[in-house]
Order: sequence, then structure tokens, then C-alpha cells
Amino acid sequence: MRMIHAPLSEEDVRSLRLGEVVGISGPIVTARDEAHMRALEKGPENSPGCLRGCVLFHCGPIVSESDGVYSVVAAGPTTSARMDKLEAEMIRRFGIRAVIGKGGMSSEVADAMRECGCVYLAAVGGAAVTYAESLTVTDVEWKDLGMAEAVWEMDASSFGPLVVAIDADGDSLYESVRKRIRR
Amino acid sequence: MIQLPETTEDIVVRLLRLANTKLPEDIGWALEAAAGWETDSIAYSQLGAIMDNAKKAEFLGRPMCQDTGIPVFYVSGRFDSSVRGDIERAVRRATAEIPLRPNLVDPLTRENTGDNTGLGAPFIHYRPTDDDFLQIDVLPKGAGSENMTRLAMLNPADGIEGIQRFVADAVLDAGGRPCPPTVVGVGIGGTSDRCVELAKEALLRPLDDRSRDKSIRDLEEGLFVKLNGSGLGPMGLGGSTTVLGVRVKKEGCHTASLPVAVNIGCWATRRASVRIYRDRPPEFTQGVFR
Ligand code: SF4
Repeated sequence: MRMIHAPLSEEDVRSLRLGEVVGISGPIVTARDEAHMRALEKGPENSPGCLRGCVLFHCGPIVSESDGVYSVVAAGPTTSARMDKLEAEMIRRFGIRAVIGKGGMSSEVADAMRECGCVYLAAVGGAAVTYAESLTVTDVEWKDLGMAEAVWEMDASSFGPLVVAIDADGDSLYESVRKRIRR
Repeated sequence: MIQLPETTEDIVVRLLRLANTKLPEDIGWALEAAAGWETDSIAYSQLGAIMDNAKKAEFLGRPMCQDTGIPVFYVSGRFDSSVRGDIERAVRRATAEIPLRPNLVDPLTRENTGDNTGLGAPFIHYRPTDDDFLQIDVLPKGAGSENMTRLAMLNPADGIEGIQRFVADAVLDAGGRPCPPTVVGVGIGGTSDRCVELAKEALLRPLDDRSRDKSIRDLEEGLFVKLNGSGLGPMGLGGSTTVLGVRVKKEGCHTASLPVAVNIGCWATRRASVRIYRDRPPEFTQGVFR
């Protein structure tokens, strides 16, 4: 498992190969349906600064709070396809460098990735305890959206395994699997 | 000191904890078997991470997946109307204590109730019987797999082949979204509403429980082989483990209908059952009661 360090540069992202397994350290930010919709409505200037150029994690974690200290109980990826209609614009306007999720994204998103220099990293769906262990909460924004939909800023240490499933050329492992599927 | 007996509410909190933190044994075995025959290296790494995660969840007593879903309850045996209140309070407590993620929202305003109850939830099916116990089965279903649910009112002439094609398409079109390898619940027959219920109830049957009905066994085994030969693989990233098992449940239907429903359970197909007796401690299982 190769280690990469966030924040990621365009060069970092373009060096990642399709099918490669990596782990990430550094800041990552969660956002799901509601946070995507609000971010696009408000625009980068009026949204939390942590979203710009970030590693975006499609995740609605379970976070417990005691005396103002948060701890991540479970944090696996959520189905990325729900954000298919929103992600291309997010990548273009917020300069997202990597999207972590499960299940893959549409070719429209892959196009935006190729154009802007961004990758899709597939996390193992449901491996929530393993992933939670390498995350600590540093801040939370838009908490009014609820635990699952809020924007959680987290610090990752060796967060993985993640498979490079759409690379910065827009090539997708899911697409190649789909083409080979025997019905 | 006299120990007060556990209340039904306490028992249901325990049931939810068991279901969310411990993967049923039959599913663990199926994952291990799959890892044994998987030759694709990415697929193998996904299965390894899944098994590793399940072990950690059990050891730490944490939910194995952050999507603790919407729990569906099946209440059978002897009970009275107080059981609803017991389950409702238990869900609220389990949400705070385990903790579970508050997932329940108003479908239109999207406002979260905060404790997984309200707006009709928890959802409970009641089947009174003459047994001397109260049985509660719980199936917490996450949205990733639940969102892939399909129903078709096929023509009787579509036959077994039509059923197979419909189920295979539902699983393969879902791709990586329901976190494969999955357990495929198939309901056949009933009316449209009953058929969807059957598909979900099929997920309550452990993978090592062989049906006595040959037509069901043939369908289950045929689909198992076909789907694992598809190449979709764990998380839709390719490989030879697409499903851990296929579970079919059938009931009678109208002579002019052939209803078929698919309800996919992710690898984290969580289930647990308890029997509560009047005069002895409750019995828990994640398989079948003996
Ligand atoms: S499909 Fe299952 S394992 Fe995957 S995220 Fe949802 S609940 Fe978890």
C-alpha cells in the first residue's frame, strides 16, 4: 500500500495509476448529498474553506461526542452514484483533488476528473471500523444537516486501503469490469 | 441483592447491539470460503478488509458499518400491544447507547427525527402464533443495498427463465453500489406488496439453511453459480465473488400473475433473533433456533 499525503497537488494525483492500492494521511473532508447541494448553492466563497482543493470523502459517519470532544465510531464510504449529478460541478468549482467513495461514478464525473486533475479512490464499503480507527475529527461545519450529512473535517493517518478506481485520465475500473460482465 | 429480570425493552437493545456488532457466522464462513477461491488480487484485498473489519467490530463492540440502516422487526409468538412501545423505546436507547446513526427523516422535508423513531417507525410486522414465547427478529438494512430493491409483475409465461433473468439483471445493474459480495433475497409469488415483503424475509434465512423444496434449491444454486461467474466481484471492482448466497422465499399467487421481487443484502447482512419466555432467560441466535 503506497502512502500519499494530503493536501494533494495536481502532479500527485496524475501520478496515481489505475488499480493501484494506496493509503492517505492528512486532512480529508466528508460530504454527502445535502452538503453537495448546499455547497453548490452557496459557492466556494460562502462554503467552508476546507472544501477547496480537498480530498472529499463520501461518508456519513457515526461520531460520538462527549464534553465537546468528538470521536469517530464508524466511517465507511457511502454510495457515490447518488452524487453523480453534482460531483462534476464540485470538482470544477472547488478544485477537488480526490473523491473517496464506493461503487464508482458516472462518465460525466470521470470527464471532469480528467479535465481538472482529480481521482476516484474506492474504499471498501462497510469497512467502517477499520477506517474510523485512522480518523480524528478536527472540526465540523454545517452540523445542522445532521450527523450523516454534516461536513466533518478529519485528520487521516494511513487511511486505507483505497483502490485508484478512476484515474486522472478519466479511465475507470468499473467501466472495464462492466464491459466484461457476463450476463 | 435481588436481580430484576431484564425487560423486553432491555432485551431488544441487546438484540440490536448483537445484530449491529456481530456478523452472523454463516456469512463469515461464506466470506472465508470466497477468499479461498478468489484469484483476483484487488478482489482478494477487498474480502480481506471486510473480514478484518468484521472482527474488529465484534471485538470493540462497534457497529460493523456506519450505515446502521432502518431496522425492520418481525414479532411472532405470543404478545400484546405493549410490544410496540417496548421496541420503540429500545430503538431510541440503542441509537444513543450503541450508538446507531440516526437515519430516519421525513421523506419530503428531509428533516431527521434524531432517534430513528417517529413518522411510523420502527416498522414492525406482527405474526401471532400459539407458541409459549415471544420471538423478535431484527434486520437492520442500510440504504446502499435497500435502494437496489426491484419488483416485477412478470407474465406466468416468462417462467423460471424470466425469474432468473430479472434477478440477475437486478444484481448486475446494481454493480458495486450495494457493497458486494451480497446476499440476494428473492421473493416469488404473493401479491405485489407481499412479494416485496417475501424478498426481505428471505434474507432472514441463514446461508447454510438448505431448502427442502427442490425447485427453490435449484433456483438458488443456479443463480449463485451464474452471478459468481459474471465477473462483477467484490465492490464491483472485478473478481469471482459477486454473491455470498441467494435466498428464495415463495408463496402462492394469482393464476394470471408471476410477481418477483429482489431485495439485496450487502456483505454486512445483519440479523439477530431472540425468544423471550415467561419463566426462563431469553435465547438469542443469529441462525435458526434449535
Ligand atoms: S451497503 Fe451495507 S455494507 Fe455497504 S455501506 Fe450500506 S450498510 Fe454498509
